[in-house]
Amino acid sequence: MYSNLWLIPFFPLVGAIFNGLFGKRIKNEAIIGGIATGLVFLSFLVAGQNFLKLLGDTEKVHELVMAQWITVGQLQINWEFLLDPLSAVMIMVVTGVGTLIHLYSIGYMHGEEGYYRFFSYLNLFAFAMLMLVLGGNALVMFIGWEGVGLCSYLLIGYYYEKKSASTAANKAFIVNRVGDFGFLCGLLTLFWAFASKGLWTLNFVQIAEHGYLLESGGLLITVVTLCFFLGATGKSAQIPLFTWLPDAMEGPTPVSALIHAATMVTAGVYMIGRMSGLFAMAPATMMTIAIVGGLTAFFAATIGLAQNDIKRVLAYSTVSQLGYMFLAMGVGAFSAGIFHLMTHAFFKACLFLGSGSVIHGMHHAYHHAHLHDDPQDMRNMGGLRKKMPITFITFLVSTIAISGIPFFSGFFSKDEILWWSFGSTRGHWMLWLLGAAAAGMTAFYMFRLVFMTFFGEQKTDSRAKDHIPESPFTITIPLMVLGFLALVGGYLGVPKILGGSNRFEEFLAPVFEHAQHLNGIHAHGALSTEYTLMAVSVAVAVVGIFVAWVMYIKNPELPGKFVARFEGMHRIIFNKWYIDELYDFVFVNPCKKIGTFLWRVVDARLVDGVVNGCAWVVKGIGTGLRYTQSGYLYNYAMAMVVGVVVIVGIYVFK
Amino acid sequence: MITVNHYLLLSAILFAIGTFGVLTRKNAIVIFMCIEVMLNSVNLTFIALSRHVGNMDGQIFVFFVMTVAAAEAAVGLALMIAFFRNKESIDTDDFNMLKW
Repeated sequence: MYSNLWLIPFFPLVGAIFNGLFGKRIKNEAIIGGIATGLVFLSFLVAGQNFLKLLGDTEKVHELVMAQWITVGQLQINWEFLLDPLSAVMIMVVTGVGTLIHLYSIGYMHGEEGYYRFFSYLNLFAFAMLMLVLGGNALVMFIGWEGVGLCSYLLIGYYYEKKSASTAANKAFIVNRVGDFGFLCGLLTLFWAFASKGLWTLNFVQIAEHGYLLESGGLLITVVTLCFFLGATGKSAQIPLFTWLPDAMEGPTPVSALIHAATMVTAGVYMIGRMSGLFAMAPATMMTIAIVGGLTAFFAATIGLAQNDIKRVLAYSTVSQLGYMFLAMGVGAFSAGIFHLMTHAFFKACLFLGSGSVIHGMHHAYHHAHLHDDPQDMRNMGGLRKKMPITFITFLVSTIAISGIPFFSGFFSKDEILWWSFGSTRGHWMLWLLGAAAAGMTAFYMFRLVFMTFFGEQKTDSRAKDHIPESPFTITIPLMVLGFLALVGGYLGVPKILGGSNRFEEFLAPVFEHAQHLNGIHAHGALSTEYTLMAVSVAVAVVGIFVAWVMYIKNPELPGKFVARFEGMHRIIFNKWYIDELYDFVFVNPCKKIGTFLWRVVDARLVDGVVNGCAWVVKGIGTGLRYTQSGYLYNYAMAMVVGVVVIVGIYVFK
Repeated sequence: MITVNHYLLLSAILFAIGTFGVLTRKNAIVIFMCIEVMLNSVNLTFIALSRHVGNMDGQIFVFFVMTVAAAEAAVGLALMIAFFRNKESIDTDDFNMLKW
């Protein structure tokens, strides 16, 4: 019935292989980009067909076994796909947003050297991401999990001649390895725990069904879920492993939009959702997740307040929004987390692509005027709304959406998370406070970005300012589609108190309901409380926008005064709380020192000493023995005679 | 009465003389002749023992040894001519370049 599921990851894989092998010879950008985009679009069509079929189906969980993979004793691991409402939502987001970003890249990457390489990697990423979300057992998911990490590395380091890009790629990869280690630990511990109860499986459906084998709230399940959560913090850039994501902005902007905003970084959220049955059984882990998510949302938002690089602001915003999703997961609002994942994919992809459009225009202008200013620095922008009307409007819509203004998509998802973090049985008012404060800051820094970029007078160098064009249609079409989705995407999940029926939550219910009921997770509270909280969060957002308006439109000299007044505070925030420096001090430099020690002492002295020592001994023996080669015939003849006499003597006298 | 022991003794004496010559003489032709003496002492042993045990195998072996000795004489003398062309000498002390 759902037998064509395998086509969904298959198409992008074909594209990756095709462009990887033949792209260099084809050279024609239209063909390379067209094939890559077309194949992802085909995936989208297949995904859409399956999604619609699942909508009309009464049975919501479907497994498709393609082939056997590992068979050892009682353990049987297959190449299998799992389609349920959760993965259906994910494949729609990944292929839908993926198609748009592929289309966008055709225009954005125009004229780049290694055009084919970019599309090959991008398709490979789509393949890995689809394996991750469709994988029917934890090992197939792990393949995707590692695959997206690899593609992220390759694409961050796309401009590999640039030192900063290759360093950022390494950083992303290494930090992700730490997380992957956690994931593996969790996976193996879980396997061991189930196997010791006689259940040999890594299949998600079976894991969900047999969670009762483990003691609810026990040490074992807490350790397992904490390990998985460590994996999620690496992939999804949460405290303590968030530092790689802002640096990952070294990659081309479409990559930032697809991988580092819309899809890959949400893999951790998805993974927790996929194993919600286990996580719900470990209240300590859930609390950790909620606290980490809330703190990440808050701290990343504070850093976003003071950045001047347009992509960095968005990067910290992404970290902050991912924090929201984890907050949702931590308080048991699984479907709200996935809902925010989806709306975030729309508006954040739109924001990144919009910023890419701006950078594209700025770059064009600077190139035209032969200047080498930074095209990403917002202090060089301003007044762009007249130059780039489409970019401006879509960007503004997405900004309003992320700020949580009513009737835009972000409002519905964010508000549901905030309500759960307050009213859930696993929630707490302090978590709500963190989330609400982060919401206010989000509204502020996002509008700061909009005001600095699109409003006010243009601060671009006068030689370049008249040469900023609106971007070509391959760039503006994805912007318009995503802007539209950012506007209306939230209506899939209008909460009941606003007269909706929360169809999104109902759709996901078969996945999460069981875990929530079994562990007594639900949100409770009076309707009036819910209305009040909603009003407060909207008010906070409006205040944030108003402050941004006052500081960056009405009194443009105010930020300078403010910075001068709170110089120390500003410096700390501007330098990202010195977290990178702290990590350098605590982890990176000791590691480097250990590495240097191993190199200088262990390798150069010990290992080389042993190897060279062997050589020296052999050489010494040779030096001594070479004098036996006198070159005189009678010496050799004598040696022969003595040898013969000795050998014969041994035989005769033995 | 000459027994097989006499033959063996003679053969041993000849072999020892040959060995001594190979080890002590410098002239390549003399060394070469000493090797021939050693070979022929072995031949003598073969024949004596062949006769003693009444088996023809030893005599067949002697033919082989003589064939090899003839071949060796041809190669050896050719080598010596080549040596002499290079060094105007067939003294083995002059041929000591293959060392260290």
